[in-house]
Amino acid sequence: MTEPMIQFRDLHKSFGSNHVLRGIDLSVNKGESMVIIGGSGTGKSVLIKMVLGLLKPTSGTILVDDKDSKAGDRDAFLARFGMLFQGGALFDSMPVWQNVAFRLLRGALKRPKEEARAIAVEKLRRVGLKEWVADLYPAELSGGMQKRVGLARAIAADPEIIFFDEPTTGLDPIMAGVINKLVREIVTEMGATAMTITHDMSSVRAIADHVAMIHDGKVRWTGPIAQLDDSGDPYLDQFIHARAEGPIEAIR
Amino acid sequence: MANPMNPFQVFLAPIGRSTLSLLAAIGRIAIYMAETLSHIVRPPFYFREFLHQLMVIGYFSLPVVGLTAVFTGAALALQIFEGGSRFNAESVVPSIVAIGMVRELGPVLGGLMVAGRVASSVAAELGTMRVTEQIDALVTLSTHPMKYLTVPRVLAATLAMPVLVAVGDSIGIFGGFLVGTSRLGLNPAAYLHNTVDFLNSWDVVSGLIKASVFGFIVALMGCYHGMNSGRGAQGVGRATTNAVVSASVLILTTNYLMTEAFFSS
Ligand SMILES: Nc1ncnc2c1ncn2[C@@H]1O[C@H](COP(=O)(O)OP(=O)(O)OP(=O)(O)O)[C@@H](O)[C@H]1O
Ligand SMILES: [Mg+2]
Repeated sequence: MTEPMIQFRDLHKSFGSNHVLRGIDLSVNKGESMVIIGGSGTGKSVLIKMVLGLLKPTSGTILVDDKDSKAGDRDAFLARFGMLFQGGALFDSMPVWQNVAFRLLRGALKRPKEEARAIAVEKLRRVGLKEWVADLYPAELSGGMQKRVGLARAIAADPEIIFFDEPTTGLDPIMAGVINKLVREIVTEMGATAMTITHDMSSVRAIADHVAMIHDGKVRWTGPIAQLDDSGDPYLDQFIHARAEGPIEAIR
Repeated sequence: MANPMNPFQVFLAPIGRSTLSLLAAIGRIAIYMAETLSHIVRPPFYFREFLHQLMVIGYFSLPVVGLTAVFTGAALALQIFEGGSRFNAESVVPSIVAIGMVRELGPVLGGLMVAGRVASSVAAELGTMRVTEQIDALVTLSTHPMKYLTVPRVLAATLAMPVLVAVGDSIGIFGGFLVGTSRLGLNPAAYLHNTVDFLNSWDVVSGLIKASVFGFIVALMGCYHGMNSGRGAQGVGRATTNAVVSASVLILTTNYLMTEAFFSS
């Protein structure tokens, strides 16, 4: 299985005079787990938002299944994706279970309320949350709990392609381990394609099939996880070994 | 051309610049309005959201509108009585209170009060949703923010406002009645008789049409400024202020235009 699912071709993005991405070329294979690493503020979140059309590229193309991501029926396109936002982005006007089951309560995937709730509770259990959490409101949860609810919402409708923006930030090590295992399971069991952004190197090793490092608006290095440690790339080495000294400047 | 601006240009430049930005804003709002209208007629329609907004926007605005109306009606009765007594025409109090409330003060003051209450809360709510990426999250969950957030609010406000104002009109007339009969010594039966006799149905209907337009304006401004909120808490604050100010100004201008259209023959 080496068919590409998502391809970025010479993708540029600027916000005014801030040139965040300066020509990204990257390919994510079907049924694989790609992990994106790179310094804070290098445009990792922007990159995945552009796939979903939440931000428009300044130039370049994104292909999903060999079709331009901007073409075709938008609802059908979005139905294939699940996304965990870096900040959770839970709807604070509704209880946790309705957040998780949002897609199952309206639109094309609509089903009876009890069934939707049962699925929500099951997904919550998979991210390590007990049933009593289901009836709380997002504002009543801790940061790490909110993150996990966001994760449950992203996987609730069993999407083909899932984006995780920093799934383990703010979690204790045990819970981070649970989430790493979950992301891995989603890829191996459900056959989904995953793109994960993370700063957590143990997460990278637990989740990734392939790794891509973004630096200076470009893909600095990409390759299979097995080659991560002997890439010979000084930028990558500095990053994965968390050294303050090296080619990457600390003040950017 | 490379010359520095002469004093005349220095004076004109800011006027030109703000005129252009005003026109641009009007254009953007017009496009947003057209988009909203086009989404109202295309499925899906989120009925539960609509009912919820009917409650929040309509029902919970009743106390504000009622209080405004009762005191306005009462003050109006005092003023008309005082003014009318200068030429022995105290008997016009009931009819002028009724016509003034129903045609003008009910819808306009009701609209302004609802602008303060609803445009601000809608803008703050949607602005916060924008800033915390909840609107982006809606999109990724295959839900159109326009259909899910804007349409229910705009429709609810447009339909609820006439009802609110009708209730407000009655309460305002009742306020005038209370003051007229208890403080000014007018005969209660004659007061009611005068009110009903002088009020025709177009007075009432024109006021309710105004109310409906004001409701539309209030919700549209709240949604527009909220959806386009800047980043951070400051962005949300500015969106809220802009929503209330623009809704109020638009209410007063459209009120004049509608009055002109309805009553100048
Ligand atoms: N909506 C926006 N408007 C303007 N600038 C933006 C916007 N979104 C992101 N940026 C800018 O783009 C750059 C990259 O942001 P992004 O959120 O993608 O970083 P990131 O790589 O995800 O960083 P982190 O690891 O800290 O989350 C930043 O400089 C940010 O200021
Ligand atoms: Mg980010």
